[in-house]
Amino acid sequence: MNTTVTLKKGLFGRLNLRQKTILIICLTSLLLFVIVISSLVLGGESLPTNFGFKNLAPSLEHPFGTDWMGRDMFIRTLEGLGLSIIIGAIASTFSTILAMILGLLSSAGKKTDSFVSWLVDLFLSIPHLLLIILISIGLGGGAFGVIVGVALTHWTSLTRVVRAEIKQLKTQEYVHVSGNLGKSRWWIATKHIFPHLIPQILLGTILMFPHAILHEASVTFLGFGLSPHEPAIGIILSESMKYLSAGYWWLAFFPGLALLIVVLLFDMIGDNLGRLMDPKSAHE
Amino acid sequence: MLLKGENIRFSYKGDDWVLKDVDISLKSGEVLGLIGDSGSGKSTLCKILSGYENNYQGNVSIDGKEIGKKGYNPVQLVFQHPEKAVNPKWKMKDILNEGHDVSQDILDSFGIKQAWFNRWPNELSGGELQRFALARALSPKTRFLIADEITTMVDTVTQAQIWNTVLDVAEEQNTGVLVVSHDKNLIKHLCHDTIHLDDINNV
Repeated sequence: MNTTVTLKKGLFGRLNLRQKTILIICLTSLLLFVIVISSLVLGGESLPTNFGFKNLAPSLEHPFGTDWMGRDMFIRTLEGLGLSIIIGAIASTFSTILAMILGLLSSAGKKTDSFVSWLVDLFLSIPHLLLIILISIGLGGGAFGVIVGVALTHWTSLTRVVRAEIKQLKTQEYVHVSGNLGKSRWWIATKHIFPHLIPQILLGTILMFPHAILHEASVTFLGFGLSPHEPAIGIILSESMKYLSAGYWWLAFFPGLALLIVVLLFDMIGDNLGRLMDPKSAHE
Repeated sequence: MLLKGENIRFSYKGDDWVLKDVDISLKSGEVLGLIGDSGSGKSTLCKILSGYENNYQGNVSIDGKEIGKKGYNPVQLVFQHPEKAVNPKWKMKDILNEGHDVSQDILDSFGIKQAWFNRWPNELSGGELQRFALARALSPKTRFLIADEITTMVDTVTQAQIWNTVLDVAEEQNTGVLVVSHDKNLIKHLCHDTIHLDDINNV
């Protein structure tokens, strides 16, 4: 009995649920921030190639090992993750803007609503990856192609959420009461409806991140995305495939694991933010 | 002033009338009871009178004039479930003063405490929320108050308190009140006059 009590009292013992949630959000955001900043700082200098150190197993000096050109895999992974997060951020932001515009459009009238629904169904009926590859190739590949490809394919689910949320809010009694109290449509939209949309939009954006990052990595892995000289995770993984049979497991293992952790971190931030912003659980 | 509903017909679907040729009128300062069985269309009638439901046939007017869609509606409806009638993301003081700045007298007579102002709606009970909803609706600009089962969720003592306050304020402001309830004893106790929806509804 005693041990379980002391365990619970350990690191987070004195904090309540809300403080714990905020702490988790801060720590995970800090970690992601550090990854992006360090990749930007490191990106300035090219990685030294040293064939004396090629294909070294993980050690204290090279925690993720080195690759076939003797480059440090830890630094390559860091740069790749930073690039992935930046691309994910740009793509998610554009997707969110698209989703908001289309969500608002669908609440304007019946015709625009059915048009938006049709557009959502159209985009959902084509597999994501295929569409991203098509758009990316069509725009000449590279970071620009991938960003546009991801941005143009990830707005659908958030648009549906925004559309449904507005529809549901419009039938709420307090919205009718507000109208009866003499408030204008614009006033109701900004004061009653918009505050309910903010958490949905914010969460939607953050939860879009992992999708965007994974899609970017997979398109690059398949060779349709970023060009091979860029330090992308997808490039690292596809290169490492050639060396797996030679027993150089660390080339794929650590970058893959790092990608997974980054994706999970974003998911964690999303979930915890959601818990904070939901009014029913926010004031516990 | 006279709130009048004439030949009101309403149906959700085709010829399946919920309300058929209903006539109802309510004078300023009058307290009128409305009784009817479940499903007899009480709430629908309330919504039509206060402009919440627009797909009806017939006429609703005040002194012969139609009620404008824009601006403050002189006919205010208070619902059975106050927790649905408040925005869960607003603090109580914003909810209270959405229509007008509620006077201290009304707050005192409803027993609304200053300490509740900075709380969120989910931190108050149903009875407390209903007081806010009533205070919000009882602006001096409100000529008619439609009270649709407003005290069903509270105990008898609180019920008496709330109704005493509502009727006091209504008398002071010369507001007409339509009391809608299942409870025949309550209506007999409160109202000058009572109508049965089943009698005036020709379904």
